[in-house]
Amino acid sequence: MDLALSPEEEAFRAEVREWVGGNLPDGWGTPAYKEPRSFEERVVFSKQWEKKLSEAGYAGLHWPKEYGGRGATYMQQIIFHEEMARARAPQLFINFVGMNLAGPTIMAHGSEEQKKRYLPPILSMDEIWCQGFSEPNAGSDLANCQTRADLDGDHFVVNGQKIWTSFAHVADWCLLLCRTDQSVPKHKGLSYLLVDMKLPGIDPRPLKQVTGDAEFNEVFFTDVIVPRSQLLGEMNMGWTYANTTLSHERGPAFLGHQIRFRNALADMFAHANRTIRDGVPVSEHPAFRGRLAAAYAELEIMRYIGLRNITSILRNGRPGTEGSVAKLYWSHMVRRMQELALAVGGPAAALDGPDADDRGQWQRGYLMSFAQTIAAGSSEIQKNIISERVLGMPRGEVWAPKEKR
Amino acid sequence: MDFDFSPEQYTLRDEARRFLEQQCPTSHVREFIDDPAGWSRGLWKQMADLGWMALPFPEDAGGLGQGFLDLVLLLGELGRVVAPVPFLSSIAQAGQVVLRHGSPEQQARFLPGIASGEQIATVAIAEKSGSYDEAGIDTRAEQSGNAWRLTGEKRYVLDAPAADLFVVAARTPEGARWFVVEEGAVVTPKKSFDLTRTMGTVALEDVEAVPLESGGLEPGLRICVAAACAEMVGTAAKILDLTVGYSKEREQFGRPIGSFQAIKHKCAEMLADLEPSRSAAYYACWAVATDADDADLAVSVAKSFGSEALARVAAEGVQVHGGIAFTWEHDMHLYQKRIKSMEHLFGDAPYHHERIAQLVGL
Repeated sequence: MDLALSPEEEAFRAEVREWVGGNLPDGWGTPAYKEPRSFEERVVFSKQWEKKLSEAGYAGLHWPKEYGGRGATYMQQIIFHEEMARARAPQLFINFVGMNLAGPTIMAHGSEEQKKRYLPPILSMDEIWCQGFSEPNAGSDLANCQTRADLDGDHFVVNGQKIWTSFAHVADWCLLLCRTDQSVPKHKGLSYLLVDMKLPGIDPRPLKQVTGDAEFNEVFFTDVIVPRSQLLGEMNMGWTYANTTLSHERGPAFLGHQIRFRNALADMFAHANRTIRDGVPVSEHPAFRGRLAAAYAELEIMRYIGLRNITSILRNGRPGTEGSVAKLYWSHMVRRMQELALAVGGPAAALDGPDADDRGQWQRGYLMSFAQTIAAGSSEIQKNIISERVLGMPRGEVWAPKEKR
Repeated sequence: MDFDFSPEQYTLRDEARRFLEQQCPTSHVREFIDDPAGWSRGLWKQMADLGWMALPFPEDAGGLGQGFLDLVLLLGELGRVVAPVPFLSSIAQAGQVVLRHGSPEQQARFLPGIASGEQIATVAIAEKSGSYDEAGIDTRAEQSGNAWRLTGEKRYVLDAPAADLFVVAARTPEGARWFVVEEGAVVTPKKSFDLTRTMGTVALEDVEAVPLESGGLEPGLRICVAAACAEMVGTAAKILDLTVGYSKEREQFGRPIGSFQAIKHKCAEMLADLEPSRSAAYYACWAVATDADDADLAVSVAKSFGSEALARVAAEGVQVHGGIAFTWEHDMHLYQKRIKSMEHLFGDAPYHHERIAQLVGL
């Protein structure tokens, strides 16, 4: 056991820290700075910020050198995310799908031609991607995907509906999971298409979410003609490829996330120190003090889990048992933390927006925390996976997807 | 960056597991459960022969020159089989306090007996107040000439009926510190909720004591807590293994109960309580072993979370077993009672939450 970083890693940390320190927008993080709030403002802002990251070579940190990336080590990626979080720098937003989902999937399964065509504009931010995965009837049961792409000579005809598609109305391209064979069991008839979002018949409609913002979309596809050359890899291999895509959703950003939650926790503690209840600060109130300390403990443990997980990956190339429960653990930790933050305000929790404590940060945080336990494999799906794949418990009849016969 | 144990440490764990599965089945543990002062001297002797007691002590104190971190996985294995021996008390707690607080002469005087297993030591911290820090300690240490004498009553002392040496936290006019009592402590065995371990009250009536050289109670106190966490994780892991195993065998409605989501999700939640507790216990052990800046915090994080989360593991383990786990014959209550005892010893969750609150400036 040795938690020290190598001199090279420390040097990299210093380099990132210096870069972030000198490149954040003027006044960023100060109360006077007007952070982008609406989706449109965030798109404009993140295009500028992420372009800056890209030009400095930090966007493609984790991409191999042959595709224009830096080929950074796993530890360097972790350090990068930690430093970004420490500086409270903006999180990857507009180019997230391209950099972390579409790019790596094309790298893994695309033809040489496709790699040459699509990867450079992702890195340079000249093209923005969205990901067409979930559907109204294919959420946790993703393989139930019903959007169909029927091959007709040299092109596919695409019909169907996607949902929870981030950035669809601003994206240039879509990594679309669709059904290309109706006659085989459902996992076996899926393919990936690389779809130009400007094609006729594609209709993205923003989906207003509980926070009042519209980050997601529903996307309708009606008789969209997609050239056959836009098939990624092989026909009917989509389910296998989808697992590649999903495996890139998490990873080296874990400890960075922990630091961002730590920032939020510090804000919550400040909120608790200045809110008076029964004549004492909430932080000293017997009904709250222990809960606040417990929130601290739970968040610290997220860091320890991250350290164990990194070590498993560095030693064995894959996460260990600690990693299998990490998502379930931290997502519910965030839910509890946000509930507590709301409770700190007492009746002021019933206000929202500019009238609420901290301009509605806690109301928004509380609502957003539900995204953590639902998205990227709901807690219930996580528990199925943990019980079957880690604990080796028998697959039951109730939830096991029935193959079409 | 490497936050895991070495291959050698894992090898020792595997050897320990094989040895303890053979030598310490629950049939052996049950030989001692009716006697409030009973523990397995036979198993203790075998462990001493394997060198486990000597492991973490310096060679010139009769040890093998390894460190506290070499004990962590071993403690887990002993927790796994609820071994009826005073290893936690003597080796991982009292012996470590002497090692960290004692002068070289004091180490040479007390450690060889502990490291050979011939002498049993234990820590005596809590009193009537139930607190594990300086503020809760009333036991007085008074100096006359070169000699120190202690007066007070220590409670909830693990393995007190087995102990030859008591490492006692006591109050001096200059603050609390550790003392070693060799003679004169009067032990009253107490019936322990945890059937696998003995416990007692230790009365100190003007008894002679040796003050360990390095004053204050830290790092000794936090080492005691970290070691307890490492052991608890092993017991809880065993509960989960038993529970998952049982759920695959036990059939109702014509199928193994482990195929029902109600049971599978409970087991997944148990793992999601166990693994973070394990991460926290390991981190706390690393932090105390290396005197990391956040060692105090790490220990309270591990014990507060572990106390609550591992108690949930024990409770759900019983629940999944159903009626069978409510019987004396079934072993589950041995593990359940161990966890529930340890939840409240060495600081429960509210105690450690308050420590965290103070440490983080709440």
